[in-house]
Amino acid sequence: MLSRIAESLFWIGRYVERADGTARILDVHLERLNHLPMEERKSVAQELLAVMGAKPQSEDFGLPELLHALAYDKTSATSIAGSLGAARENARRARETVSSGLWESLNTTYYGLSQHRKDVVGTYRFCNWTLERTAMVSGLADTTVSHDESWLFLVLGRSLERADMTARMLSTRDVLSAGMSWVNMLRCAGAYESFLRTRRAAFGDQHAAEFLLLDRLFPRSIVYALRDADECLAKLDPSAQRVGFINDARRIVGQARTFLEFHRTDDLMSELPEHMERVQKAVSQASDAISRKYFNQADELAWVGEVS
Amino acid sequence: MNSKQKDGWLLDMSDLFQDYSEAAGRTGAYDEMFAPGQQARDSYGQVAEALRKLSLADVSARADSMARTFLDRGVTFDYAGEERPFPLDIVPRVIPAAEWDVLERGVAQRVRALEAFLNDVYDKMTVVSDGVIPRQLVTTSAHFHRQVHGFEPAGGVRVHISGIDVVRDAAGTFRVLEDNVRVPSGVSYVLENRRAMAKGLPEAFGQQLIRPVEEYPRRLLSALRKTAPAGVDDPTVVVLTPGVFNSAYFEHTLLAGLMGVELVEGRDLICRGNRVYMRTTAGEQRVDVIYKRIDDDFLDPLQFRSDSMLGCPGLVNAARAGGVTIANAVGNGVADDKLVYSYVPDLIRYYLSEEPIIANVDTYRLEEKEAREYTLDNLAELVVKPVDGSGGKGLVIGPDASRDELDALRQRIIADPRGWIAQPVLQLSTVPTLGGDKFGPRHVDLRPFAVNDGDDVWVLPGGLTRVALKEGSLIVNSSQGGGSKDTWVLADSPQMPVETVPRQSVTVRERVSVWPVESNWRDRQSEQQ
Repeated sequence: MLSRIAESLFWIGRYVERADGTARILDVHLERLNHLPMEERKSVAQELLAVMGAKPQSEDFGLPELLHALAYDKTSATSIAGSLGAARENARRARETVSSGLWESLNTTYYGLSQHRKDVVGTYRFCNWTLERTAMVSGLADTTVSHDESWLFLVLGRSLERADMTARMLSTRDVLSAGMSWVNMLRCAGAYESFLRTRRAAFGDQHAAEFLLLDRLFPRSIVYALRDADECLAKLDPSAQRVGFINDARRIVGQARTFLEFHRTDDLMSELPEHMERVQKAVSQASDAISRKYFNQADELAWVGEVS
Repeated sequence: MNSKQKDGWLLDMSDLFQDYSEAAGRTGAYDEMFAPGQQARDSYGQVAEALRKLSLADVSARADSMARTFLDRGVTFDYAGEERPFPLDIVPRVIPAAEWDVLERGVAQRVRALEAFLNDVYDKMTVVSDGVIPRQLVTTSAHFHRQVHGFEPAGGVRVHISGIDVVRDAAGTFRVLEDNVRVPSGVSYVLENRRAMAKGLPEAFGQQLIRPVEEYPRRLLSALRKTAPAGVDDPTVVVLTPGVFNSAYFEHTLLAGLMGVELVEGRDLICRGNRVYMRTTAGEQRVDVIYKRIDDDFLDPLQFRSDSMLGCPGLVNAARAGGVTIANAVGNGVADDKLVYSYVPDLIRYYLSEEPIIANVDTYRLEEKEAREYTLDNLAELVVKPVDGSGGKGLVIGPDASRDELDALRQRIIADPRGWIAQPVLQLSTVPTLGGDKFGPRHVDLRPFAVNDGDDVWVLPGGLTRVALKEGSLIVNSSQGGGSKDTWVLADSPQMPVETVPRQSVTVRERVSVWPVESNWRDRQSEQQ
């Protein structure tokens, strides 16, 4: 398939998952933020923005600015509106390859972006709406697109972004320690009920972090998402070598996954910041490596001007 | 903002609360939000401030959105065979820290006394031989079950979960209206209401510390596990529901989900050798603690109603043999009999040697000749209740009743004086509640929930505030047109840490490094580029 199309699909997967993750994080943390006294809100809002990988534009960064930056700012790829807009733009460029169902749901989503009240109460509904739309988009992608190469790129993007988002959810633990923060972490990932059912009475930070980081069966856990990404990469490049890997992306994803999966620790909580940092770094490096391998041939064939 | 807009603002506020003080004056009740003269009480300052900024359109949009969320989440109760969202009003009920402190101690005290009473009643009945209450009172109670006489339940607790209904009289004093120590329901609405309010009226949360309620399921689970039969290391807890047709089914699923335990029906359980097992895909699994959400009468066809399909034969014997803990214990109904209720202050003095912290509502025992005569003469000014009813069933409010109803009631009292009690009509306190296009005073009660793990009685900081949505109505039960309000217990400023961990200690953490030093693919990459 065309590299350009593959790249579009990869980024549809990433952006849709990013919108989904951001909506989840915002929904849960907005509730917490509202319970904080005014003075603390500002610093917490800034820290939350930093966890999402952006810097505040001005000194005076409070709740309304946070909502703008994470939900409604169409010019920033960090925000929900920006991600969904970018996903739609990518789908438009690959329109002949994606199914009409997938394209239409992305397009409808894009036009629905501006129909929300941008205050706190409206944002709750906006987040919910985003979750519904992204669930619909991934459902349609899974059921109306052939599970061939194009779908693999989409799932690859989705899995990598999911690992990244879960890492960010875990990082928000530090930002908002008010109250039962591990409950919030789990709520972010929609993992609360699943966690409770598997852990019986063993509650607490450590168990919750372990669940989101290492659980082999929960689809939003980092290890699960990385394994999905690894499987996609393997299917995309089935050349079986007897020894080693030439595929950088597989090496990066595989190393991160196996390190986490086989890592043994007594004090997960104090290691958590490093895990999160390394996971995010691995995702971005893997993404770069994938671009280099699959999407970036244009550079090599650069057209050089006439030499007289 | 220009002055014109500002005027519109104020107009909206006065619209919403127009005629409020007049209506509140008419009821003659204590208003929770406003002191006389429509001055918001301190505890309501922030709520009043948040509401002041909202117009009618805002308020009704939010109320709609909250109702829709409830319907989406399935927060419903069964009304005449139809699932309806439990109406949640947008104005919370706020309880200041000092008042809550009294309530908390009062509720815990009452639970301890009822626990002691039940242990005594199913054992030596010293309370009778010491002449505190007449033997007849106990033995004639419909919920005194001889089937569970003479053994201490495994784990030693009988009243694991209780809901003590309290109301405020016209003077603003809290009084206990009734005790619920069988199957108190409603705690799911406490949890859901808080979630909905956090999204429906976020402005009001800010600058005050509202004590969280979300730890309830964890407290409950740890109490249930703690009272498991002796010798069980890792007890398995289940919630026993009568099934999907029960009006509180939503609550059963929510609690089981939040505790992460199985929700079982009677047919999922099997008793063998005085142990209880549940049928699972991995074979039969032992059950150690049953959180029972069905009435005693239906629990065990071997002991109670033999036509019951909801229970499981053999449960009572298993409990007697100490093979399973049933929470709440079978036979608790004798303690929340309304005639026993009238003796609870005496029970507190007898068992705990303490004075009751929260008083009862004055109650006439109709078996006593003078009280009966007084009641029969003044039926039109009293509330008459059946002693074993719940959910407001069978209750007659004198001033609202017709002549025929009163005559019928008179006959029934004369036929069965043990079956009824009478109380003066209490003007329950009021809280502003959205009705149509403005706020009006509506009567409320409060059900705090207590969890007893055998060592300690923990009272959930909050509780279910039920509100009679019809103007002037005193009946708050959901089955009779009642709704609810989120109940906010304010924390006692900094002493009561809502924020359990100081933030700095979390953020500034020692860096630990366990990952391998960045492997060499990275270096090679940079060479490539």
